[in-house]
Amino acid sequence: MSERQYMRVRADMPPGHVRTPAYLRGKVGWVERTLGPFPNPEQLAYGMQAMPLPLMRVRFTMADIWGADADRPRDTIDAEIYRHWLEPAEAPHAT
Amino acid sequence: MPHDHHDHLSPSGHPYRPDDDHPLTYWQQMEIAVRELLIEKGVTTAQEIAAQIDTMDARNPSHGAAVVARAWTDPDFRDDLLQDASAATREMGFDIGPMRLIALENTDTEHNVVVCTLCSCYPRNLLGLPPDWYKSRAYRARTVKEPRKVLAEFGVTLPDTTTVRVHDSTADMRYVVIPARPAGTEGWHADDLATLVTRDSMIGTGLPKSPDIA
Repeated sequence: MSERQYMRVRADMPPGHVRTPAYLRGKVGWVERTLGPFPNPEQLAYGMQAMPLPLMRVRFTMADIWGADADRPRDTIDAEIYRHWLEPAEAPHAT
Repeated sequence: MPHDHHDHLSPSGHPYRPDDDHPLTYWQQMEIAVRELLIEKGVTTAQEIAAQIDTMDARNPSHGAAVVARAWTDPDFRDDLLQDASAATREMGFDIGPMRLIALENTDTEHNVVVCTLCSCYPRNLLGLPPDWYKSRAYRARTVKEPRKVLAEFGVTLPDTTTVRVHDSTADMRYVVIPARPAGTEGWHADDLATLVTRDSMIGTGLPKSPDIA
């Protein structure tokens, strides 16, 4: 398996048509695959010229999202996150 | 209490249910206004809208079941499906419109389940409209937090050796689960296998029917 590319989801809470779920903001996962480009929904939803953005399927472990409350720490959640919501990150502590 | 006024009972002996009519919501009014404007301005016609509704209503889980059964019996198709599910389903002859589809394969060690926490994203253009529970706040909130409990309530109990992979359908892609082929179906024809594939097994909240009880 190639090296995992870890990303942190921005922890911002801007208004508007944002497709980044709040429960993932601030969390770190790795890129499962890259898709797109797709138009930025935050612009598209308002009839604006929408910038094409890479869309990344980011995989998070339950442990990294829910911490000690995780049902099964090694189960995972994948979500599609637009590139502008992601910043490179270190791998989270092994769980 | 509910039965103490007999004039509130129907001839069947049950209380009358209140009508569920209510004034139009803001968004219902908006939909009607936009639809009527589009027709008035000649952008579309009432007939075209009705035809689109008919096309959507004709889509149903049997289309997905045919895709799954072919993946079980045709290794090249399975590879194509995992590579590009939109292209593979179109190649089978299904009109999925502009939908971007990803197929998720269940194995001995992985079980996939699909949810849309933000709204109700669902592979409608292949499977038709989603079940009402798929859009419920409970399913959307709980599936990402305690998927094994949710699955158990659907009757799916997974061993510890299986990793659960939840897929939150947050943006442009839609997802269909390819359930694991049931044991005891060796040599079955794809048409017969398709009868084992349920809607829920393609969402990940169910398993295919067993050949013994199909």
